[in-house]
Amino acid sequence: MRVEQIAVFLENKSGRLAEIMTILADANINIRALSVADTADFGILRLIVNDVEKAREVLMNGGFTVGKTSVLAVEVADEVGGLATVLKAIHKAGLNVEYMYAFVNKSGENAVLIFRFEKMDEAIASLQKDGFTLLSGEQICAL
Amino acid sequence: MTVKYWEEEIETLPRVGLESIQLRRLQHLVARVYKTVAPYRTKMDEAGVKPEDIQSLADLQKLPFTVKNDLRDNYPFGLFTVPLDEVVRIHASSGTTGKPTVVGYTRKDIELWAGIMARALCCAGATREDMVQNAYGYGLFTGGLGAHYGIERLGATVIPVSGGNSKRQITLMRDFKSTVLLSTPSYALNLADAMDSMDIDPSSLSLRVGIFGAEPWSENMREEVERKLNLRAVDIYGLSEVMGPGVAQECLHSNMGMHIFEDHFLPEIIDPDTGEILPPGEQGELVFTTLTKEAFPIIRYRTKDISRLIYEQCACGRTLVRMEKVTGRTDDMLIIRGVNVFPSQVEHVLMGVEGVEPHYQIVVEREGNLDTMTVQVEVSEGLFSDEIRVLENLTRKIQAEVKSLLGVTCKVKLVEPKTIQRSEGKAQRVIDNRKI
Repeated sequence: MRVEQIAVFLENKSGRLAEIMTILADANINIRALSVADTADFGILRLIVNDVEKAREVLMNGGFTVGKTSVLAVEVADEVGGLATVLKAIHKAGLNVEYMYAFVNKSGENAVLIFRFEKMDEAIASLQKDGFTLLSGEQICAL
Repeated sequence: MTVKYWEEEIETLPRVGLESIQLRRLQHLVARVYKTVAPYRTKMDEAGVKPEDIQSLADLQKLPFTVKNDLRDNYPFGLFTVPLDEVVRIHASSGTTGKPTVVGYTRKDIELWAGIMARALCCAGATREDMVQNAYGYGLFTGGLGAHYGIERLGATVIPVSGGNSKRQITLMRDFKSTVLLSTPSYALNLADAMDSMDIDPSSLSLRVGIFGAEPWSENMREEVERKLNLRAVDIYGLSEVMGPGVAQECLHSNMGMHIFEDHFLPEIIDPDTGEILPPGEQGELVFTTLTKEAFPIIRYRTKDISRLIYEQCACGRTLVRMEKVTGRTDDMLIIRGVNVFPSQVEHVLMGVEGVEPHYQIVVEREGNLDTMTVQVEVSEGLFSDEIRVLENLTRKIQAEVKSLLGVTCKVKLVEPKTIQRSEGKAQRVIDNRKI
């Protein structure tokens, strides 16, 4: 139930993000979710796209450093307290979140929470046991 | 101003007399070194030169050069000419490019050095009435102890405060009424800043002369130090391979170069590419032969410092040749806050870090009075992580290793691949934006 995510290293220079987006657009790649984490000196762009391999290839050809990691996509109802329920379960299971970001499905019914855990397998088992819905990469792209 | 000499007869000796002393000492040195040090003998044999071939000072150029690697190859004591029981002190470089360069002194060498250093202090206008604050580092570095013994020999009072701890330095300066300061020029500017923050007006202090060395500094910096510390700033030159501080000293009568104490240190200027001796007055690499040292004499040591020799007589009356302020290096050594840094050392650290690609660049700036060094590292896929924590740990690790190996704090900046300019030939590893 892992979802493939690509991450790109970004120097904090103006125009770099725009450049990446142009490269992806030219390659006809659709972005389903993204987050930018930044420090004073650099940033990390994380993306969930409809074609991971192609996105990786075009970005690498464009001279970017690209990494691939797997994350978990947890679906929750788009309502008050949705994220809180998941985080409570994660806390109870003693899981360590490396990072997370979220996006809301366009239908407005569900929200998708993207998590990177230190211990991915344990997280999958624990979340499934607690009855949360984990989405696959295809499911995310189909949303 | 009345000129005071430490050893007037030698310091004002006509060149002819000086050269005859130099030749006699050189002949003794070469004979002794040939007899006692195998690596020197081997090199001389290979060059087809025997001690008896040295009949004039011009014959010096028949002798092979000595380079830093010769010191490393014979680490630690292989170039010493006396048994270790005659060696009373050791100094050494930081040894960060591999093995440190080790130098040794007999009791007589230490005495000699103290005398030469006293001569240097006297040349800079210090007398036995002075209160001398010695802010050069004490330890394996020759600066602190070298100057210390010279100050005592001069008969002045030494405050052996060593480097660092600016507030205490200034308190001592105020309470003890220090009249002479010895430090690196950049540290002198730090002290000026610290005075400012302590609300101490330098003109309320007793400082008269500052003797600054161990790193290159410009005329602009001289003016700045003089203005901010309210003293007269003069330059001193030395290196551990030749002796330590006191190889050459600027006098108060000229802002044009430092008097080389030629009766002990025989200078040459060579073309760094061909090794040929250049005509008087031309700029090139400075080479020294020690004439009087016992434990660790050195023959034709290539300093890699770029300078020029000035033979015109100085207004102070000294006949000793002057060397121009060092204007650069023939190698890529950087001096960051008084610490010698070779790009290869930084490379060594980087290559030891898993995933780091060989593309890096060192950017040196001067912010205020402080040199800053930034190591830019290209982020390869092997190095990259989508977790900020991992990348930050990596920069911290590099920083800590550079600090532990070189003793210099640097900033590490991760940059995108291919952003460091590639050059056709030798990679440009260093961008030095300091205006020295």
